[in-house]
Order: sequence, then C-alpha cells, then structure tokens
Amino acid sequence: MSANARYLRLATGLVAIAALMVIPMNFNRYGLFILSQWAVMTIAAMGLNLTLGYAGQVSLAQGAFVGVGAYASAILTTHGWPLPAALGVSILASFIVGWLLGYPALRVQHHYLAFVTLAFSTLAFLVFRNESWLTGGIYGISNIPRPHIFGFATNKPLPFYYLCLGSLGLVSLAVWWLIRSPWGRAFMALRENPLRAQSLGVDTRRYTLMAFAIGSALGGVAGGLYAPLTQYIDPVPFNLSLSLDLLMMVIVGGSGFFFGPFLGAMIAVLLPEWLRFTQGYYLMLYAIAVILLLIWSPTGILGILDRFLANRRTRVASALRAVTKSRLETVQ
Amino acid sequence: MSNLLDLLVAGLATGAIYALVAVGFTLLWQTSQTINFAQGEFVMLPAFLMLATMHAGAPFWLAIIIGILLSMILLGLGFKMLLVDPMLRHGVLPLAIATMALAIGIKEAVKQFFSAEASPFPSIVPTNEISVFGHDISLQSLGVFVVAILAVVGLTALLNRTSLGHQMQAAAQNPTVARIIGVPVERMILLTFLINAVLVALASLLITPIYLAKFSSGEVLGQAAFIAAIVGGFNQVRGAIAGGLLIGVLDNLSAAYVSTQYRAAVPLIVLIVVILFRPQGLMGRSEERTV
Repeated sequence: MSANARYLRLATGLVAIAALMVIPMNFNRYGLFILSQWAVMTIAAMGLNLTLGYAGQVSLAQGAFVGVGAYASAILTTHGWPLPAALGVSILASFIVGWLLGYPALRVQHHYLAFVTLAFSTLAFLVFRNESWLTGGIYGISNIPRPHIFGFATNKPLPFYYLCLGSLGLVSLAVWWLIRSPWGRAFMALRENPLRAQSLGVDTRRYTLMAFAIGSALGGVAGGLYAPLTQYIDPVPFNLSLSLDLLMMVIVGGSGFFFGPFLGAMIAVLLPEWLRFTQGYYLMLYAIAVILLLIWSPTGILGILDRFLANRRTRVASALRAVTKSRLETVQ
Repeated sequence: MSNLLDLLVAGLATGAIYALVAVGFTLLWQTSQTINFAQGEFVMLPAFLMLATMHAGAPFWLAIIIGILLSMILLGLGFKMLLVDPMLRHGVLPLAIATMALAIGIKEAVKQFFSAEASPFPSIVPTNEISVFGHDISLQSLGVFVVAILAVVGLTALLNRTSLGHQMQAAAQNPTVARIIGVPVERMILLTFLINAVLVALASLLITPIYLAKFSSGEVLGQAAFIAAIVGGFNQVRGAIAGGLLIGVLDNLSAAYVSTQYRAAVPLIVLIVVILFRPQGLMGRSEERTV
C-alpha cells in the first residue's frame, strides 16, 4: 500500500470516529439508544467474526453468550457491584462457558458444529427462563443501574452512548492487535487449511478452542453492556433469533473483514429503523434487502468493495505494464 | 397406563409430522446442499394460503388443492429459481443465511397481509375419540399418524422402487456421474424441491388444526424438524423418519415425566449427544472427509 493510501485510510478512520462522537450530540433519546445498540451489537458480531470469519467455525450460539454476559452483569450490578468489575465477570463467564462448550463441540466441524451450538443456544434460553431464583425467570431483572465511570454518571443516554462507543473502540483495538499477532495468523491458517496448519506445527485443537472462547468472551462484553443499556433484561432477546441475527450481521457485512461487523450491525440495527416509515412492511423489506444483497454479493458488503479494489488494482497494473512495454519497444 | 398410551399416540402423531418436514429438509440437503432455515415457515405458510382461498369462497377440498399447488409454485419452483439457484455456487453458508432472511420475510408477510392472531383451521381427519380396549384414543392423532406415515411410505417407495426415484438418488449422490449416464440432473433437483413443497403443505394441513394457524408457529416446528433430521441422520431419508418419530415421542413423554419447563431441553440434549458420539446420525452413513 502506498503512503498516500495509508494516510487516506487513517483520515477516513478519524473522520468516522469524529462523526460518531459529534453527530449524535443532538440526537433524541431513542436515536442514542439505537446507536448504543449498534455499538453493542458490533462488539458481539466482532466476536463471531473472529470465530467464523478468521477461524472458520460456524457458531449459532453467539446470542447465548451475549445472554450469559448480560445476566452476569445484571445480577452483579443490581447487587451493588461496579460495572467494570461485573463486566470482568461477564467476560470470564462467557469465556469459560465458551471453552466448556467448545471442548466437546469442536470434535465436530462445519454444519455439525452449527447444530451443536444451535442446541446450546436454545438450552441457554431455557436456563435463563426457568432458573428464576437466579435470573428472575420470565419477569427478568429490572432496575439495572448505569455506572459511574471515572466519576462521570452515565445515567443520561449521551454519556452512556459514549461508554458504548469507547468500549467498541477498545475492543476494536484489541481485535486489531489479535488478528495481527501470531495467534491471529494461526486462526486464519485454521480457516484456510486445517490439515496444512497442523502439519506446520499449529496445535489446531487448542487454537480453534481459543478462537471460539475469545469470540464468546466478546459476546460476553456485548452482553455486559447490553444489560445497563436497556436497564431491564428478560430471556426473550437472547433466544436463537439473536444468534441468527448476529450471524447474519457477520455475513452481510463481510465475514473475515475487520470492518464487516460494523457494517453488518449497521444494516441489522439501523436499516429496520430507517425503513420504519413503511410501517408494517419494514421487516419484510429488510428481509428482501438482505436476500438481494446476498444474491448479489455472497461475501457481503465489504466483498463488493474488495472485488472493486482488486479489479482496479489489476487494471492499474495492466495499464502500467502496457505503458512500460510500449516504452521498451520505442527504446529498441 | 392409559396416560402413557395417550402420550405415545400423540407423540407418534406429531413425530410423523416432524418426519414429513424432516424428510423434505434432508432431500434439499442431499440434492443441493441447502440448509433451509425457513423450513418451519414453509410449513406455516400453506395453511394461510388455504385459509385465504377459503376466505375467497372456495370449499375446503378445493382450497387444499389450490394450497398445495400454490405452495409447489412458491416454495418449490420460486424458492429454487429465485434463491437457491443464484446462490448455490457460493457455498453453503451464504445460502443458509439467505434462508434465515427468507424466514423473517415469510413471517412478516403473513403477519402483515393476513393476521397476527391465531386462526382456527379445519381438520381433514375426524376429531372425536374412539374407544380401543377400554381406552379413549384421539382419532385425530391416529388419523394424522396414518396420513403422514402413508405419505412417507409412498415417498420412500417412489425413491427406492421407481426409475424416477433411482434417478433422483443418483443425482443426489453423484451429479457428475449421473449426468454422464444420462440422468437429467437439473430436472431431478427441481423435482426434489417440488416434493419438499408438497411435504410441507401436507404437514401444514395436518398440524395446523392441532396448533392453530399463526405466523410464528413455524419457529418451533422448524427447529423440531431440524433436530429430527440431524438425530436421524442428515443424509438419509429413513434416518429423518426415525428421527422425527423419536423426537415427537420424546417431546411428549418428557413433558409428562421430566418437567414441563425443560421439555424442550430433552430433544436438544439428545441432539448434542448424538452429534458428539455419532455425528452421522443414528441411521446415517458417515460423510467422507474432504481435504
């Protein structure tokens, strides 16, 4: 990549961050809620992108991990714990559950793994609903407090949005670092060719398990923020359809692309809101839009961009070649 | 004892319906690697098509025929041409995601254009009870079981006894060789989609009188059929039948003897155990690992 392109990218990133900070300042309560939800769902989708996009494991349980995180955070903060500590427990809990699920589940691969995680997802929902001594059952947990971060109260929508955005920023940096570390390369090796990775000395089983558990832990982060965002949780939002939605976000955005989850979550959270003017038709139109997009580009939105850039690069390269060739011919 | 008998009969009846749906599911997987997450919605929709036809003034028998034909056009032909064909070459996952979106679309369309409320649906089998050896047995359960099993047996006979069935199996197992020996593979694949459409329409006709017609009723049913297909063996028609009956009976028995709260958990645990210890399913053959 040339230096210019790098600066251009950096500038685009900075403008996007500034826009995300400045534009919502005069949004109403609901707008801020939706944007916060986008940030939270992006975190969960990034976790799934790590598992699916980078390590190639199809998981239908990400919604359940968001649930584990949300319940851990809700139960602890209503008992007076500060949010950062509760968030730590959320992460740890979903990491451990992910590890325990992954340990037997990763014996099987591909669509079988999808089925096991699907079953787990529904089992987790049943536990959330039935163990009312812990989770409040169908009545859920209400009055979940919003935290004070460094002395700032985040009761109002705007400060809490910044908390979500800040967390998204931190998680993004961590994931960015992770996929560039030797671990991230090992994850990608698993996706591209597990047998070859194994023969090169990558402990496939351990790395798949790690990818799965880290992805789950990010689901836990999202859940830990979701609880104080809505301030009330019950089992319904964490049923199978959340897992399916998250999977849709990753694929629609572009699985295996770093910015895929950002766009995918935008489509899944914001597009239905933008389509609300069509009243009862909005989810129908959303479904049609997703199908059309996938027919047009099965690699998601970033897949389109990727193909476009690759095409342009080939065209530039062949143009250069043609110029050089004609120049060489005139010299001769 | 009579309680157990009732539960068994009811379980076999729902199980036979699950089997119908699961068979369709495995057929689509075998011939065109389609994991249809909208299969439950495919069962929900034909009931509404029939109801709509009846609202337009048609008698029940005509509504059934029109409903089945419409479902063959929409859920068979339309599904294949508009969704599966353009996406198939891109792999299993994007197609599976697209069927999830399709499930949302069908649900919302029914809610918007028909009703968000549950509607009653007439039964094609008598709903009274008969006395067998002093026990009252629901004739509806019995009727549903008989109709569903007849359909499944008919389909199995078609697949195993006729030249057409052999061609379909060949197209599913090895399309390249099937094409070489002159099997019209494309037509066979289309045929499996049409068969799936008829199966879901039949399932819809049988199950809707029991659970009412509601836009959201596909979710539970789709998942049950999905589990049945995997438990029985994802790549075998007879596996799907066994899986369907097993899940139906387990579901009913666990509601009575385990706990009503965790009734849905029992089939899921069976699913997990089966996948971990016998991933090809109870009756399936194992798929070769491709390097």
